[in-house]
Parts: sequence; C-alpha cells; structure tokens
Amino acid sequence: MHSEVTVTVNGAPVVVPSGTSVAVAIVMAGQACRRSVSGEPRGPLCGMGICFECCVAINGNRHVRSCQLLCEQGMEVATEKCIDE
Amino acid sequence: MRNTAYDVAVVGAGIVGAACTDEFARRGLRVVVIGEDIVGSGATAAGMGHIVVMDDSDAQFALTRYSQQLWQGLRPELPDDVEYEQCGTIWVAADEEEMIEVQRKRAYYGERGVPTEVLDTKALQRLEPKLRSGMAGGLLVPQDGVLYPPCAALFLMERAQTRGAKLILGVRVAQIGEGRLGLTDGTEIAAEIIVNAAGASAADVTPGLEIKKRKGHLVITDRYPGFVRHQLVELGYLKSAHCMSGDSVAFNVQPRRTGQVLIGSSRQYGAEHKQVDHSMLVRMLQRAQEYLPGLSQMSAVRTWTGFRAATPDKLPLIGQWSGDKSVFLATGHEGLGITTSLGTARLLADQISGTKPEIPVEPYLPSRTAKEYVHA
Amino acid sequence: MNREERHHFDVLVIGGGPAGMAAAACAAECGVRVGMVDDNPSLGGQIWRGESDGQHHPDASKWVRRVRRSGAAVLCGWRVVHQPEEGVLLAENLSGFCELKYGKLVLAPGARERFLPFPGWTLPNVMGAGGLQAMVKCGLPIRGKRVIVAGTGPLLLAVADYLRKHGAEIPLICEQACWRSLAKFGLALVRWPAKIVQGLRLKFDLAGVPLAANSWPLAAHGETTVERVTVSRAGRVEDIPCDYLACGFHLVPNIELPLLLGCAVGNGCVQVNEFQETTSSSVFCAGEPTSIGGVELALIEGQIAGLAAAGRTREARAWFEKRKKARGFAQLLDRTFRLRTELKSLSRSETVVCRCEDVSYSRLRQHTCWRSAKLHTRCGMGSCQGRVCGPMTQFLFKWKPDSVRPPVFPARVESLAALARQLEGQPTAK
Repeated sequence: MHSEVTVTVNGAPVVVPSGTSVAVAIVMAGQACRRSVSGEPRGPLCGMGICFECCVAINGNRHVRSCQLLCEQGMEVATEKCIDE
Repeated sequence: MRNTAYDVAVVGAGIVGAACTDEFARRGLRVVVIGEDIVGSGATAAGMGHIVVMDDSDAQFALTRYSQQLWQGLRPELPDDVEYEQCGTIWVAADEEEMIEVQRKRAYYGERGVPTEVLDTKALQRLEPKLRSGMAGGLLVPQDGVLYPPCAALFLMERAQTRGAKLILGVRVAQIGEGRLGLTDGTEIAAEIIVNAAGASAADVTPGLEIKKRKGHLVITDRYPGFVRHQLVELGYLKSAHCMSGDSVAFNVQPRRTGQVLIGSSRQYGAEHKQVDHSMLVRMLQRAQEYLPGLSQMSAVRTWTGFRAATPDKLPLIGQWSGDKSVFLATGHEGLGITTSLGTARLLADQISGTKPEIPVEPYLPSRTAKEYVHA
Repeated sequence: MNREERHHFDVLVIGGGPAGMAAAACAAECGVRVGMVDDNPSLGGQIWRGESDGQHHPDASKWVRRVRRSGAAVLCGWRVVHQPEEGVLLAENLSGFCELKYGKLVLAPGARERFLPFPGWTLPNVMGAGGLQAMVKCGLPIRGKRVIVAGTGPLLLAVADYLRKHGAEIPLICEQACWRSLAKFGLALVRWPAKIVQGLRLKFDLAGVPLAANSWPLAAHGETTVERVTVSRAGRVEDIPCDYLACGFHLVPNIELPLLLGCAVGNGCVQVNEFQETTSSSVFCAGEPTSIGGVELALIEGQIAGLAAAGRTREARAWFEKRKKARGFAQLLDRTFRLRTELKSLSRSETVVCRCEDVSYSRLRQHTCWRSAKLHTRCGMGSCQGRVCGPMTQFLFKWKPDSVRPPVFPARVESLAALARQLEGQPTAK
C-alpha cells in the first residue's frame, strides 16, 4: 500500500509517493531546481549531495540540497529562480 | 649567476607590490617585480577588500583619503571582475555612548571634506533592516567602497607589464641589500633600488624590520542578495585594531557583488600557523550574530585566515630603509593595504624620483622608527 | 526549531555505506559504545541506497540488520562539517547541530563520481550515472524513458542494469575504455569468481543493450532539458535522441574530511597502515577513500577498522589475507578505466567547467595552477568547494588541488559559532 505526499513546488501542488526526494518532485513537476550565475537552468547532477545543483528553498530556508531530502506533507519548495533576488 | 640591471626591483606581488610596480612603470622606470607564489596570493587574497577612510590618526586619515580618491579616479578603467562597488560604510552605534563617537567622527570628516550622514535608529533600520533592532544609530560614509582584491592586483600587474615591467613568479627572495637581490635559486638581480613590499613576510626579507604578523579570520556565506547593502562596521572596530596585544574580534561585514556576505574581523598576535582557530572563529561569528541575528541561519560556505603586516605605531612604512640606502620599504599596512596601496605607490615613486609628494610623507618614513642611521 | 545535541562515543563511524556499516557493527559487537553518522535519510551509502529491504543486494539488508542488532547508535540525516577541537566533530542536519565526542574515529565517507565537461553537460536531465540511479531510487519515474549511459567504469553496467530492470530503454552504453582493456578486465576477473558471476549475470541481463567501447559523449543538446546526445563511437559520430544522459567517469575518493583532520594522503587516497589507521592518531579510514576498490574491499576494510578501533587487533588480523586479495581488484579497476586523452578536448571555449560560478573553459585555460584560477575566476569557490570541478581540472590541466578548510560542507553560521563544550562522562544510551 503506497501512501502519498503533497508538496508545493513554486506554489503549485505536486503529489508524489511517500519516500520520494524533493529533487525528484521538482523534476516530476517539470521545473529546474535553480538558475546558475549566468542564468542557465540547472537540475540535479550527482544525486548524493556534493554538486549543489539541486539547491532550493525549503519552507523559506534557502540553499538546501533537495536530493537528500524526502518530501514531507505540506513542504513548500521554491526553486531559486522564483526567489525574489 | 646572471646579472640584470633594473632601476627598481620590487619584492612582493600583492596589491602593494602591484601598485608600486605599476606606478614605477608609468613613470618610465625599468622595473622587475618578484613574487613567491601567484599575483595577490598573500593578505591580498585573504582580506576584505574595503576602500575606506579611517580617522585613527591624522596621518592615517591623510593616507586613506588620498588613496581612496586615487581609487575613485581609477574606477572607470577597472574591469568587471574587480567588482568595485561604492556601497558606502555604515559605522554602527549600539548605544548612546557610541553615538557620541559618531558625532565626533562626523565632525572630523566634515572638517576634512569627507561627506557623511548621521543616522538615527529609524534611518539605520531603513537602510539596513537586518541589523538587530535597538541600535542607537550610525554614521554613513557614502564614498567608501569594496572591491575584489586578487583581480584588482592582477589588473595593476598586467597594466604594469604593458608598460614594460617584468614579472617573475614562483621564486623566493633570499636576501636584499646593496643594490642586489638574491633569489633562493642562486640568481642575483641588480637594481638601483629594491622595494620591500613583502607584506607579512617583510621582516624575512629585511631582517630587523619591526613587522609583526597579525592573523585574521574570515567567513563567506552563500548568496543572499540584499541581506546587507553597505559595509557595516561596529564602532568598537578601532578598539580592536588599536589593541597592541592579545586577541580581539570586531563586527565587520561586507556585501559582495555575488550576493555573498563576507564576515570579519579578528586580530591575533603570535599565531604563526594558517589553520582556522576555532575559538577565534566562534568569537567572531557570535559577535557578528549579535549585530545581524539573521546570519545564524545562513549557509557559511568557507572560512579562511590571512596575515596582516603590523607595525608598532599602526602606520605603514613608506620610504628609504635606514639600514641600507638601496632598500625602500612599502609595507606594514595592517588592515588597510587595499585602500592605501595606490597612495603608497605614489608616495614611494615620488620619493624615488625626487618629485614633491601630494601629501606629507614624514609620518610614514621608516626613519621615524630607526634606531640607527646610516650616513652617506 | 534549533536542536542542540551532544553525543559521546568510544568509536564514531562517519559514513553509512558498506565500509561504515561493517566498521560500526564489528566495533559495537565488541561491546564498545559506537555511533554512526550518515548524511542520507537511510543507511546504505551510494551503492546500497534504499536497499535495506535487500531487493537487489542481499548483502545490504544483511549488514543493515547486523548494524541494528549490534546496538550501534545510528544518526541518519546528519552531515559532519567541522572539527572544533581534538576528539570532537560538529555535525548538522536541517534543524540543528550536534557535537560528537569520540575516542576513536573511523572515516568511511566513500567516493563520488568524476564528471568531465563537454558542450551541453549542464543541461537538466544530464546527470551522473550513479546520480541518475540515485534519483530513480528516490522515486524518479524511469519506465519507458530513453537513457544513454556513458563514461567509464563498472558503475555504468550496474546502472544500466538497474535502469533497465525499472523499465528504462537503454539505446547505448558508451564506455571510453578500449576493447582490449575491457577484455583484459574480463579475463582478470577469474581471480574473483564472485565477480565473474556478477559479470555474467549482468551480461545476461543486459543482452540486447549495445555496449560500445572507445566511445564517449561529444555534446548534449536540448532546449530546457536534454533531448539528444552526440557520441563518438569507434571514430564515427552518432546522434541519439534520449530523455536522460547518465554520464560519469568512474569515482574519486571523498578525502575532504580526512584532509581536514590532518590525515596524510597520497595519489588522492588516504594513507593507512595494516589496521586501517591513518597518520592522524585515533583516526581510521576504510573503503573507497583508501582506494577505489568496490564493495567487497570496503566491507573487509570496514571490519578491520572497526575491530582495530575497538582494540581487537588479533581479530582484525584475520581479515588481512582477504583484504590483500580484494585489493588486487582495486588495482585492476585503476588500470582498466584510465581516462583517454581525447576526453581532455571535448570542451569548447564557452563550455562551463565550474558549475557553481559558471567559469568557462577558456577563462580557466589562461591560468597555470588551481590557486590562480580559483582566486581570479572563483572556480572552486562555490558551494561544492571544488568537488565537481577539482577532479575535472586535475585531469584537464594537471592542476594540483588546494588545502581543505572548514567547513567541509556548507554549514549554518550558528553551527560554526557554537561553543565546543567539554563532554564529561555522559554516556549515550544505546
């Protein structure tokens, strides 16, 4: 029996099976995790917390690696391009 | 053993060495500069890169103001990667006692033509909302700025090279004197004048120099654009810089163009190793959090240390060394090396070429501290 | 919520992969107080990620059970960032920090993939080989998706196998090593019969998936994500449409924490004696950081380190012979999967090399050493602190890396500003 979790990615709800990482939820939502210094869209590269390409804001805390973080019900995820610079 | 003849040989490829080399080359002198690592690898790489006026003494003010104006003049030519920002400094007053100091500074700078603005609690909060509430106010010095020192040093060095200066990197100087510079590989370089701009290692190059290493710590955060907009310094900063012994920390934070926040500052005597000293780091970060509580949740990406070159009277040494007439000094800049590099270069070049300096040089002459004079 | 915790262990193990689990279980079984820290949500490290149910690797669930039975305290989701004083490590998770005081320390931080730059490699859905596998293990749907697997090393086959079993379509596996090296590798496996079985099973499972040797990616193309990849295949150029490119060039040891603790390193690996002890007193190291050698070697080294840390040198010795044999495999790996020189010229001048700071190949090429490039372009100054671009520039330009400074991973200011406390005899409950 699979349970589901709903998180929001840039305000839009995304429903994922429990045990899904936040990075995966972002990819499933068709979004890039962040924009690089020169504006390139970026997504996860290493999947293990060393490349920092998957950094997003979780519940207002910026620069959190999303590939090692499991989705929790109600989590608010904001990708870097959506954060008011 | 090879012999080459130059007008000036500069020891040290940091910001001061680069500024001096550039100035000498501009005046048509044949100059060679020697650095033991890469351009700007010592305190230049480690420091905060502020361009500030300081009022610790009239002499310090004169040199920082002169030099700051030279930087402002140079600004249009600086490439993007030097990241020059005239963000201004706010001297933060935590209480009414410090506000008195604010007024004193305002008067001092006002008499000398440096624009400032006194900020009350509300104005300070408006300009820097992330500062802890309850601050008494501060003094805004809008003409202060920041830049990225390694690229500034590289710019000056590359410009010097287009003017004919020769750059030798990756070699160490064993001894200098009597118009000769000996490298550790056995090579000798002959020059009319040798300039010691070796920063914290100046006393290794010229034994007997009263230069002490003053270790500092820094921390840089990830990108948080707009967290702070000005360079922020506590009024206790000068107490820390003044203190001639012991370890001290003072709140000093800078916004970088990348949006990263650079956190300082600390001072220690007698620490010779480069490793981060955890107890100093803790003190410095706790002080910083007292002023900017929001720092606590921010991501710190890196910490590092550097060594400032400190003299007994807190003023740099710019001029002829009394121990050897062929040796000139351009060192001892403590925490103001970036700011005063351009002014130092001008004053030194003036002394060497016999031109009248634009500000009095007496306070910075090495002979002020010499214990014995060598007569011609 | 900011929680501050303090723990005191006789033996502290950093890393919850095969080596870490072996060390923690063996040490705890000796009766000493053991703690194990890992930055992932659950045990297994990279190779056994999400394997506590033993779906693919029965060994994995066996070790997880053994760790739990041993009584070792398991701290998942914590990342070590700093050593505030001798005998104490500082770790952080999302909500707080903790201080870990130890008598003996076993470092088992594993390895990471080596990446190399080529045009388009920064496009989303271009990931490491292990990287894509990790994402699938964390829920990324892959059924019906086309995945090109490229790079070098046995990881490629393992990843292709895993993805295929989860419904992915693999048009091609591009291995940059030549056929001769691969054949020698295959033949040499006779020394490790278990690996032959593994290899044969893979061959069977991957039947029908083209494996090209002498093959590497030339460019990835796409608008917002990768849509097709151009590869070099035995001298010919081929364009292959895909949804994902899983590309990694073997592994590099995670030596940052050992370096911070002052351990001597040679050839990019932590130097250890026969008991897996490093040059730093009371610090042991096991697994990939001592040499890239796979799971079997990691398990053996972990057991030796755990036993030695618990003072059981005689029992540790019992594993020396097996370790010697397993080390041969590490040497074989090293020889077989050397990177070819063509891989140095894949980048164009505008190809991004340092991803954290977007520093291009042409800007870097002007510099003569890592430190100069770092200071003047910011390459290596970003969040990854050179973990991605360091091994890359070492290969491309022969640059030697810098020294490591704290924190070894970005850490919150409040964690670094925490005062180190004296931990007096408060044993942590098992």
